[in-house]
Amino acid sequence: MSNVEALLRSALVPVEPSDALGDRLERGLSEITDAAAGELADWELSAMGDPRAWGRTIAAVVLGGAAAGALVVVRARQKHQKRHSSPFRALQKGARDVRGDLARRLGR
Amino acid sequence: MDEEVDKRRLDGEFTELYRAHLRDVYSYCYYRIGDHHDAEDLTEQTFLQAYRHFERAQRESRGRPLRPWLVRIAHNLAANYYRDRSRRPQTQLEDAAIVSAPHDTEDLVEGREELRGVLDGVSKLPDDRREALIMRFALGMDNREIARAMDRTEGATKVLIHRAIKQLEQGLSEDRRG
Repeated sequence: MSNVEALLRSALVPVEPSDALGDRLERGLSEITDAAAGELADWELSAMGDPRAWGRTIAAVVLGGAAAGALVVVRARQKHQKRHSSPFRALQKGARDVRGDLARRLGR
Repeated sequence: MDEEVDKRRLDGEFTELYRAHLRDVYSYCYYRIGDHHDAEDLTEQTFLQAYRHFERAQRESRGRPLRPWLVRIAHNLAANYYRDRSRRPQTQLEDAAIVSAPHDTEDLVEGREELRGVLDGVSKLPDDRREALIMRFALGMDNREIARAMDRTEGATKVLIHRAIKQLEQGLSEDRRG
């Protein structure tokens, strides 16, 4: 190993993310699954009156149910962690993207 | 019912992936951007995007590690970050490196200066060479993983890293002489 490689190993050390980032990310991931599940639940009720939409309703129930149950392990950890308030700029964008994606996939 | 079971399994596996590689993705973003706040935003976006495409990525990876895929997402987001905001990488990387500098010897100042010089040299390398060094040294990725993350062959990756180290070595020698 050259001297430069040894210096690179010392200079480019892994950087530990803050606890706040871990919290924020885990909340974000939980929130997008909740948002997807909540939106789907509203839509399921209105769609039930239209037999043509039953196929999509069944798909929505499967997706929504799965979303509601998503990241259980993450949440269990989240409950044990100190909560931090932080801006949700990236998260809000992410949640919008996922909602849009789900809506597109369900043909809304 | 089976789909729900599959979804729960996928979520569990994504949680494992996230926990195993949060530090890798954050380190990559930090060394690319040079700013903790923006690196946090990029890390967050990387995992949100990864979550959306996880099932497909897992299917297509055929059992290979997913770290290169995560780093590739971060790479694309970082590229957008610069394009959208017309920013260039910052060079204020001292705080990460100083952590590993010798703190209790008389070489402290000299060691810090040397590391600062290395980081400065890395920041001046062409983008692909800088990224390859970040993946190799900050994330500990091997040639095969780096090749997958950068969409190159292993041979091309080996050459890229070799040239990056040579260029850095040359730059440091010139700095010492000048």
